[in-house]
Amino acid sequence: MSVSRRKFLKFLTAAGAGTAAATVGGKKALAQHKHYEGYPGAYGVLHDTTLCVGCRSCEAACNEVNKQPKPDVPFDDLTVLDKKRRTKTNVFTVVNKYEVPGYGPVFRKQQCHHCQEPACASACFVNAFTKTPEGAVIYNPNVCVGCRYCLLACPWSMPAYAYDSAFDPVVVRCTMCHPRLKKGLKPGCVEACPMEALTFGTREDLLKIARERIKKHPDRYIDHIYGENELGGTNWLFLSGVSFDDINLPMNVPHHAPSDLTGGALAVVPAVVGAWPVLLTGVYAINKRKEKIAAKEQKEAVAKAIAETEGKGDEKLKQELEKAQKRAEAETAKAVKKAVAEAEAKFKEEAKESV
Amino acid sequence: MEFFTLQDFMTHAKGMTYLTVVAFLFGFVAYWKFLAGGKDDDD
Amino acid sequence: MAVANPTQQNTIFTPFNIVAAIIIAVGLVLTVMRFGLGLGAVTNLDSNNPWGLWIGFDLLTGVALAAGGYTTSAGVYIFGMKKYHSAVRPAILTGFLGYALVPIALLYDVGRPWRLPYPFVIQAGPTSIMFEVAACVALYLTVLFLEFSPAPLEWLGFKKLRNIIVKLTMVLTIFGVILSTLHQSSLGAMYLIAPTKLHPLWYSPYLPLYFFISSIAAGLSMVMFEGALSHHFYKDRIDAHHHSEFDEVTLGFAKAASWVLAGYFALKVIGIALDNEWHLLNTPYGHLFLVELLGFVALPSFLYAIGRREKNLTLIRFTALITVLGIVFNRLNVSLIAFNYNLPADERYFPHWMEIATTLFLITAGVLAFKFIVTHMPIFYDHPDYKDQH
Repeated sequence: MSVSRRKFLKFLTAAGAGTAAATVGGKKALAQHKHYEGYPGAYGVLHDTTLCVGCRSCEAACNEVNKQPKPDVPFDDLTVLDKKRRTKTNVFTVVNKYEVPGYGPVFRKQQCHHCQEPACASACFVNAFTKTPEGAVIYNPNVCVGCRYCLLACPWSMPAYAYDSAFDPVVVRCTMCHPRLKKGLKPGCVEACPMEALTFGTREDLLKIARERIKKHPDRYIDHIYGENELGGTNWLFLSGVSFDDINLPMNVPHHAPSDLTGGALAVVPAVVGAWPVLLTGVYAINKRKEKIAAKEQKEAVAKAIAETEGKGDEKLKQELEKAQKRAEAETAKAVKKAVAEAEAKFKEEAKESV
Repeated sequence: MEFFTLQDFMTHAKGMTYLTVVAFLFGFVAYWKFLAGGKDDDD
Repeated sequence: MAVANPTQQNTIFTPFNIVAAIIIAVGLVLTVMRFGLGLGAVTNLDSNNPWGLWIGFDLLTGVALAAGGYTTSAGVYIFGMKKYHSAVRPAILTGFLGYALVPIALLYDVGRPWRLPYPFVIQAGPTSIMFEVAACVALYLTVLFLEFSPAPLEWLGFKKLRNIIVKLTMVLTIFGVILSTLHQSSLGAMYLIAPTKLHPLWYSPYLPLYFFISSIAAGLSMVMFEGALSHHFYKDRIDAHHHSEFDEVTLGFAKAASWVLAGYFALKVIGIALDNEWHLLNTPYGHLFLVELLGFVALPSFLYAIGRREKNLTLIRFTALITVLGIVFNRLNVSLIAFNYNLPADERYFPHWMEIATTLFLITAGVLAFKFIVTHMPIFYDHPDYKDQH
């Protein structure tokens, strides 16, 4: 095979593969050549669950900072840990206790993970969520329609919805204390933690710290930083001594941005708008043309049939005419004969009378 | 324009795509009328 | 065609009317509660289960079952199956009413219904599959309204406007098919973002394709099923021409639906192979999946084939009902039953009776609208002024 031919074949294969990826929607749409790393220097928090003792200081601080109503059960009552809890519209963060057989209790704080590529933002049809350069994901209640697709999209089900409000229900989630970050302060929970189970810093630094801890204490941690790659990376990172599945951090969360889950389907949309009018109008035009040809053929056939009938008709008419003529002639002859006979008879009678 | 997140890039790119697509949708109608019209539209 | 309705009862207190009146009355009370007190007062929704019956049934199932409009008009006007022309208007009407219920159901379901136009007038979120669904459903509802409008215009006697719209038939049909392809598939694509929450047997990169293909089968089956009901209840509103064509429509649609279901079945099986999920079939959710796949896809496909071969119209109509129920089952599986499958039982969702009653209220309102329209407008018969125009 010649070089140019091989090159050409290679080009064809590449073009074919490219087209297939663009239309069917491979994991990466064609246009996304670039890999997005997120805002440089964005902040995050590293939650080391092996250090957490479940004292609920972070919950109390969160409640204080966000000026929420005091709960019925005070924050120093640790019996609430016996029941599984989740974030609510007036509770941005909760600590849950997980009894892991052969290991003992593990405490894990939960709140919004502040994804690098937030699923809630990807799902929102009014673009109400914004990933800020500081790392926090913030929400704009002024455009929210209340469809709750963000709640469905979040793999950790962290957003809470104000179902009880009839006139201004909102989506509520941890803001990473975005207003405090802007003032150069740490999030309330981090400041309150007495065990240093929460570490605040840039995401890059936190990843280094986490790797360092795993390297130093391989017996203490499992070798995985939850949030390094989950959903394309999150700004809250978790370390654990047990499987993350055991502390309700599912390991089956995809390791890529949510846009990669929906991008393929979204890429088909404009393709359909581009291709369907051509295809459908084409089918319509072909059918119409077929009909036209069929109609034309029918018309011609009918015309031919009529012409043939007419031709035959002429012949018949001629014969009929001839017949009629003959008949007429015969009849004339008959009539003449009769008249002659009558005249003769009359003449004879007259002749008799005159004799 | 520089984007730091795929989300921001997609918001921009998909937004432009939607506008393009709507333009084509109506463009197709106009172009078909042009294509199917003319001197002898009996084909 | 006689305009008077000979079967009209002298009393309005028929069993149907009494039941309908009760449902409407309850629905109106629930409507006041929903908008006065909020979603929490009438639903079992919570932050783990943000979408319930109103999305799973009213939206997902409603849109799929209203697909008869685009499938029928595409068949007749684009693919040239003119002998099914009499099926177009009833199908368009069912589609229009089905889609009209979607924004109404959404008014109930979204937290701030007065902001429904926001994605198009205030701030767009084009990365959201829902943005695409909202845009296409809104546009398609407009298209369906225009496609349907000749009937009321003939009824009201607006000849000029009617003739202008009839001239647009081809453009409207093609727009309708494009928009339907997009949003039918996108309703499935909405779940692509939740791979950890939807059971793997139902979660597939093919979800949009599944929703699209099954909507064709659903639309065809609804035309057959709804047609059979109409021909039973509105004998006097149907002219001889529509009546004589209907059996042919049923046979033709059964053939199409059988074939489409066969393709849908193949794609579902291919999806299992693609994600290598064979081992999940012998689990409780797997059994549920098999019931859906074999009982509500493979079986109706086969029964349609038998019905067509034997020219058994009763069997075909029964199969249409199975197919419709199968679509309901599938959409509820994706949105409710197999969704959040890994949550403990006490955190799962089951609709509140008030959600069910509200859904019944909306369906009843749709049926009443259908009754009004077919008894007043030229749906099952040709308007005398336009008898020869197709």
